[in-house]
Amino acid sequence: MSQELNKVSLERGLEALRAEIDAPVAAFFSSCVRCGLCATACPFYVETGDPKYTPIRKLEPLRLVWEAEYTLWGRIKSALGLAQKVTDAMLEEWEPLLYDSCSMCARCSMVCPVGNDLQYMIRKTREGMVASGHAPEGLIGAAARAIRTGSPMGLQWKTLDVQIKHVEGSSGLTVPVDQVGADYLVLLSSMEIINFPEYLEAITKIFDHAGVSWTLSTDCFEATNAGIQIGSKDIAAELVERVVAAAAKLKVKNVISPECGHAYTAIRWEGPNLIGRSYPFRVFHIIEVLDELRASGRLKTEGKETDRLSLHDPCNLARKSGCIQEQRNLMGLVAENFVDLKEHGRYQWCCGAGGGVSSNERAEPLKLAAFKRKKAQIEEVAPERMVTMCATCRTQLEEGLEEFNMDIPVVGLTEMIADHLVEKDPA
Amino acid sequence: MAERKTLNESLRERGVSRRGFLKFCTVTASLMALPPSMAPAIAAALERARRPSVIWLSFQECTGCTESLTRSFSPTVEDLILDVISLDYHHTLQAAAGHQAEAAREQAMKDNHGEYILIVDGSLPGPDMNPGYSTIAGISNYQMLMEGVAGAKAVVAVGTCAAFGGLPAAGPNPTGAVAVMDLVKDKPVINVSGCPPIPEVITGVLAHYLVFGTPPELDEYNRPKVFFGQSIHDRCYRRPFYDKGLFAETFDDEGARKGWCLYRLGCKGPSTYNACATMRWNSGTSWPVESGHPCLGCSEPRFWDAGGFYEPLSTPLIAEGPTVAVAGFAGAVAGGALAAMAKKATAAAVAQRQPVKVEELEQSLEGQP
Amino acid sequence: MSDPMGFLLWVKGPAFDWALAIFALGMFARLVEIFMLGRQVNYAEPKGSEWGPGFKTVFTRTFADPGTFARSPFDVVLGWIWHIGFLVALLLFIPHIELFKSVLGLSWPGLPNPVVDAITAITVLGLLLALWHRLSSPVKRFISTPQDYLVWAVTFLPVLTGYLAYHRLINPYPLALGLHILTVEVFLVVFPFTKLTHVFTAFIARWYNGAIFGRKGIES
Repeated sequence: MSQELNKVSLERGLEALRAEIDAPVAAFFSSCVRCGLCATACPFYVETGDPKYTPIRKLEPLRLVWEAEYTLWGRIKSALGLAQKVTDAMLEEWEPLLYDSCSMCARCSMVCPVGNDLQYMIRKTREGMVASGHAPEGLIGAAARAIRTGSPMGLQWKTLDVQIKHVEGSSGLTVPVDQVGADYLVLLSSMEIINFPEYLEAITKIFDHAGVSWTLSTDCFEATNAGIQIGSKDIAAELVERVVAAAAKLKVKNVISPECGHAYTAIRWEGPNLIGRSYPFRVFHIIEVLDELRASGRLKTEGKETDRLSLHDPCNLARKSGCIQEQRNLMGLVAENFVDLKEHGRYQWCCGAGGGVSSNERAEPLKLAAFKRKKAQIEEVAPERMVTMCATCRTQLEEGLEEFNMDIPVVGLTEMIADHLVEKDPA
Repeated sequence: MAERKTLNESLRERGVSRRGFLKFCTVTASLMALPPSMAPAIAAALERARRPSVIWLSFQECTGCTESLTRSFSPTVEDLILDVISLDYHHTLQAAAGHQAEAAREQAMKDNHGEYILIVDGSLPGPDMNPGYSTIAGISNYQMLMEGVAGAKAVVAVGTCAAFGGLPAAGPNPTGAVAVMDLVKDKPVINVSGCPPIPEVITGVLAHYLVFGTPPELDEYNRPKVFFGQSIHDRCYRRPFYDKGLFAETFDDEGARKGWCLYRLGCKGPSTYNACATMRWNSGTSWPVESGHPCLGCSEPRFWDAGGFYEPLSTPLIAEGPTVAVAGFAGAVAGGALAAMAKKATAAAVAQRQPVKVEELEQSLEGQP
Repeated sequence: MSDPMGFLLWVKGPAFDWALAIFALGMFARLVEIFMLGRQVNYAEPKGSEWGPGFKTVFTRTFADPGTFARSPFDVVLGWIWHIGFLVALLLFIPHIELFKSVLGLSWPGLPNPVVDAITAITVLGLLLALWHRLSSPVKRFISTPQDYLVWAVTFLPVLTGYLAYHRLINPYPLALGLHILTVEVFLVVFPFTKLTHVFTAFIARWYNGAIFGRKGIES
């Protein structure tokens, strides 16, 4: 590939938008009747009351390109010089709408009466934003670090290695690294490694207990995909290729995505299309793997949490990947007093931090505003603790609850499972 | 010509009693929606009236209007009218023929110049058409009309052909037929449309003119509102069935036999203005709807071309299947071509595109505040 | 108006033919434009199928989820009322059924005229309320464009003029019926170039939505 650098430009952005327009996009824009119900599903609108955050409005740049170039009437208008053009100024105005006030949670896609998948189109519109140079600084930084170092936070293997040693010491188990022929290649997220190191220990214990053959890879340990967050398939593809290469080198049958939201979406649903071919391996979220172990009787647990627990479904896992019942099955194993939030599963409300919002400093105020929707949900149910399966959601919940002086600890589901494993008899 | 008798004299001669005459005047008053107290005034006016000259020109017509006028079973209104007026020229009713008939017409026109009433039935070829399409005694309809109008006090166009062009003017209108009002601009024209008009409507209009010397109040089509101001639909005895949504769907089906609304069989009652539903035909015996046949709308302009008689009022006039097919195909081709072009252009751009690199994104940040 | 019958015959004749032609041309063009764009091949391992979930969403998306309904009950209910009313007036009024029979060759049973009349009156009110809501609700007001108001007008006028014609509130009747048909023709001409296309494309959009989510194992 040529090392020559081009510039980002409006024209490149428009070309990117054109390339994203497919039959669903055309059907969606043909059908929007400006009813505004998508706004009632968006936590950014609901908690700010500002109609500029109406989801369909965020897509205006993509819609203008579609109308002007892919419809008969639009072409007539363009020929007469009556079509509104997408300009740099417009994209600059739209940047916060597409990045700061949207976590790509897809709740709007579930609610639109005419069936528009707005999130699908947000993802596509970001391609145009990136190529035209209108993506947020925070996300550009994360993407650059991810490409150069392998981790959006610049985390290196040597830091992870310290953690591995700690886990091995503490559990007395071995963390397999670069094991060729293992069943499962495990990926981690930098956020998790830094903030929630108990995850690594938890899966080490669980896989040992269940007799799962797994490994980490020194070539690629990062699950998260800054390319997906920023909306660049070029950057995203490069990151996915690293996972695919690592999996191929270790000849694994499956790849596990950790307690993260977008990482799963990236590798499970977008990945093969980014690289233009199917994987020779299968992809699972750790929760799916754990539920499979539960269902096949390989997870033996004892005791249950007795305090009142509720669950936050990460959007990318639940609404966008259909993994809804699995976590509830697992809660059933280890929780005595579990109550769902009123709107959960596919209609659950986003924590406000996904889709790149948490990597975007400029979006802090909006991120906190959106959290208020989640806060209201939690208050309605009044749990003593919240359980979740995504490091970004977990961080947002912890920070948000603290901001509002709510004393509700947040815990990861995997570590909760690990806490209740029946100890193996010492051989 | 014979000295004109007064009506009184004529009636006595014919053995019509005063009572019979007054009854006619009362009927006329009620026909014209005038109060019964007007009957004596009508009687007085008619009694004194010198029988005015009426010249009846028949052009491209079927004689149905005359048949309607003279088709009655009781010698009251129609006959009386023919006594009240002096019908100096009428192809069907006159005794004379050939040159003598034309001579009588010309004489009447001369003797009563400026005073006679000109009645016209049938449409006529327009002034730019070949006059040979319709002539009488070698004179074109157009010429005869304009000559007749020149000395007329008023013109009454009897029948839809004279009023609006009627059947001869229906597509493709081979003779270029036009209505009387299209040609006559300088004299009052009263349209008594219908195919044919109801007899009492014809005579009622004449009676009004004879009594008051002025035409009755006219609608936008120059038709007397008293007879043409109500739609058939608003006076139809089957209206309750329309309102309830009970329709005959085919002739002689259950609905038809029960006397349900004939809308679905093509009744044009809603858009037709005439007196059929109230006065009815054959001295009030019946009328088309009552006999089970949908109204044709025969008193309206262009009713022959207003959609099939058996096509409901709500249907388009032009067969739309071919239009939709051709236009749809054209749209599909146009849309397809444009879409193909757009796709091709996009595919070419995608093939040539340079992937976005993080260095480029970082570069774009430089120079930003 | 000096020739109401002439006006009626013109709107029922050539004007309708043209309006239907433009409608057919525009609508077929739009459908072809959509489908020709196609979709990229999807290499990701599916978790569910597309066809079944696609069609299921076509149906179920008609009903608002409880959360959305709780947040916008007026909007949801009003939308139902005037849409259903509009469809009843359009499809279940016997003179209209005759029109469809003439154009498409298909016919079906209708509702009694007084029932359609009452529903039409409700629809007129519903549409007026819908306009008020579009003007007063912050979100709708913000996102609405002149086209939204134009579409409201061309949708409202046929219902209103149909009601006026049925009740013969405009005289003479050929003028009333002619105006009604004319407003329908304006509706048809404007249709393929505005959001009215949703009448057809919403079902396509819903199918894609159901398919995209269904392939990932979620019911949308």
